[in-house]
Amino acid sequence: MQNNLTDEKIKFLEEKARDIRVSVIEMLVSAGSGHSAGSLGMADIFTALYFVILKQDPKVPSWPGRDRLILSNGHIVPVMYAAMAHSGYFPVKELLTLRKFGSRLQGHPHRDFLPMLETSSGPLGSGISQTVGMALADRMDRGKSSDRFFYCITGDGELDEGQNWEAMMLAGKEKLGNLIVIVDRNNIQIDGYTEDVMPLEPLAHKFESFGFHTEEIDGHNFEEIIEAVGRAQAVFDGPSIIIAHTIPGKGVSFMERDFKWHGNPPGTEIAGEPPKGEQEKIALKELHSLGGQITSQHE
Amino acid sequence: MLNPNQKLNPKLFDKDVEQIPIRKGFGEGLLEAGEKNSDIVGLSADLTESTQMHLFKNKFPERFIEVGIAEQNLASVASGLSAMGKIPFISSFAAFSPGRNWEQIRTTICYNNRPVVLIGSHAGFSDGSDGGTHQALEDIALTRVLPRMTVISPCDSIEARKATLAAAESGGVVYIRLLREKTPVITTTDSPFEIGKAQLYYGEEKAKADVGIVATGSLVYKALKVAENLKKENISAKVLNVATIKPLDIDVLVSLAKTCGAIVTVEEHQIACGFGSAVAEVLSQNFPVPMEFIGVKDQFGQSGTPNELLEYYEIGESHILFAVKKVIGRKN
Repeated sequence: MQNNLTDEKIKFLEEKARDIRVSVIEMLVSAGSGHSAGSLGMADIFTALYFVILKQDPKVPSWPGRDRLILSNGHIVPVMYAAMAHSGYFPVKELLTLRKFGSRLQGHPHRDFLPMLETSSGPLGSGISQTVGMALADRMDRGKSSDRFFYCITGDGELDEGQNWEAMMLAGKEKLGNLIVIVDRNNIQIDGYTEDVMPLEPLAHKFESFGFHTEEIDGHNFEEIIEAVGRAQAVFDGPSIIIAHTIPGKGVSFMERDFKWHGNPPGTEIAGEPPKGEQEKIALKELHSLGGQITSQHE
Repeated sequence: MLNPNQKLNPKLFDKDVEQIPIRKGFGEGLLEAGEKNSDIVGLSADLTESTQMHLFKNKFPERFIEVGIAEQNLASVASGLSAMGKIPFISSFAAFSPGRNWEQIRTTICYNNRPVVLIGSHAGFSDGSDGGTHQALEDIALTRVLPRMTVISPCDSIEARKATLAAAESGGVVYIRLLREKTPVITTTDSPFEIGKAQLYYGEEKAKADVGIVATGSLVYKALKVAENLKKENISAKVLNVATIKPLDIDVLVSLAKTCGAIVTVEEHQIACGFGSAVAEVLSQNFPVPMEFIGVKDQFGQSGTPNELLEYYEIGESHILFAVKKVIGRKN
C-alpha cells in the first residue's frame, strides 16, 4: 500500500469517487430499486480500497496472494460493483444490469453469478465471522508474518446482530493482527436513526473491550482513511477496527443524513423530497458540481 | 434373512449384541481423515468431548478452533476457513447446530457454496434425560430443505466412521446426524457404504415381499428385528438402510416399492418434513404404493431413557409391527 498521498493523487481519488457515485445513481435508477444512502456514503472508502489499499489484480481476480475484502452489509453492493468496474474488474457498462434477470450483478452479492466476489451476503451480521475464518486459515498456513490482510466492511445498524460480537470475541481471543474491520458509521438504519432504534454508543469502547485496536475517522477524507488503515496494518498482536464516520447519501443533498433513503433508489415518491421525476437529474447535477468543487479546493 | 452381500454383524440378533455410540465412529473417522489430509480443521462450540471431536483436537491442536458457545459464529467462521481451502468440520448438538444457526448455514455455507461438514450430535431421543430442549427432532427437515446439502444419518458407529471419511473427501456441504447413547453395532468394516446409496439389509433384492421397511439411523436395528420376527408369522419383509437421506437413492427405493407394494418408513424425527416425507416425495412421483410413517407426531420430547421415549412416542418395535400390518392391509 502506498501511503504518500500527493495532492494530485487525492484529486485522482476524488474524481474516481465522483465517477463511482454517478454510477451508483445511474445503476439504482436503471434498476428501479436498491439502497442509495449507504452506497453513496461509502463511495470514498471503496475508492480508497480499490485504488490504493487492496493488494489485488483486477485482471486476475482469483490470484491466491490477494487481500480479501468481505462485504457484510450486502445491500450496499452497488458501490462495490461500481468500484470494481471503475478499477477494471469488469466493464463499466455492465453496471446498468444491476438487479435485472440474468445479470451477474445480483441485488445482493452472489458468488454463483459473480465468482470474483469473496462472499455472498445480504442477511446481516455474518461478515466478521467469515473474515475471522479466513484470517485464521491464513495464520495456520503462513504464520503471523503473512503479508495478506483480511478486510471486512460492516454497517453500523447491523451491529445489532449478536453474531458480530461472537465473532469479535473470537478475533480478540485469537489476536488476529491480519483482520481489519471497517464500520460504516452513518447513524441510520431502515426504521430510523441507530441511536433511536438500538443505541450502539459508546461504540469505540465496546470494540476496545473486545480486544480491538480502534480508530475513528472521517470516512470522506482520503488521507484519514488511508492513514488509519496503515496504522491498523501495523498493529501486530490483535485485530483492528476503523469506525468510519460517513454521511449517508453523501454528494446528493436531498438524500444526505436521511434514513428514508436507506432502502430507496432515486425516483421514489417521498414526502418532502424533490419530485420523483427530478431526483436523478438533481443528483447527477450535484455530483458533477461536487467534482468541480473538490478540484478547486486542491488546486 | 439378512442380506449376505452386506456383510452385517453376524451377532446382530444375539441378546448381547455389541453396543457403541454412533458419535464415537465420527470421532475416530475425523481423526483418521485428519491424518490423511492436513487441510481438515475442527471447530467446536464448547462440546468438544460430547461430540467426540477431542480425539482430533488432542492430535492436531493447531488445526482445532474453539469458538465457545456461539453456534452462529461456528458456522460462518467455518465458511471463511472453507473459502481459504480448508475442509472444516463443525460440531455441536443437533438442537443447536443446525438448530440455532440455520440461517448462517443457509447463507454463508450453502448459498455461498463453501463446503463445510456439519456434525449434529445427540439427535433424536438419544439425549434422553436432558429433556425436550436437547432432543433434535427437526434437524433432518432443516438440512434436507437446503440446496447443496447432503444429509447422512448413519445406522451405527462403524457407518458413522465411513460417513465421516466420505464427507471429508466429498468436496461438498454435508450434514451428519449422530446419536449420543450406545446403539447396536449393525454393520462391519466390510459392509458397503457410499454416499447416496441405500443398502438392502434384509431380504433378497429381486424377490417379492409383503412389505418394505425403509429406516434410517439406529432404528435400522429395530426394523431388522421386526423383519426377523415377521418370519414367524409368514410375513416377508425387506429392510432398507437409507443412510443418505439426501440425495435419496431413487432407483433402489422405486425397486423396493415395486417388489413389495407397501412401504413403512422409520425415523427418530418429526414425521413432518422428515425422512419418511422425503421417501414419499420420491415414491408418490415414481411408483405410488400405500405408506405408513413411524416417527414423532408433531410433539416435543421430554426426559426419559431413549428406549422409554421411543416407546412413548410410538417408535418402538411393536409400533413398526403394527404399521407393517396396517400397510399390508391397505394393499389392493
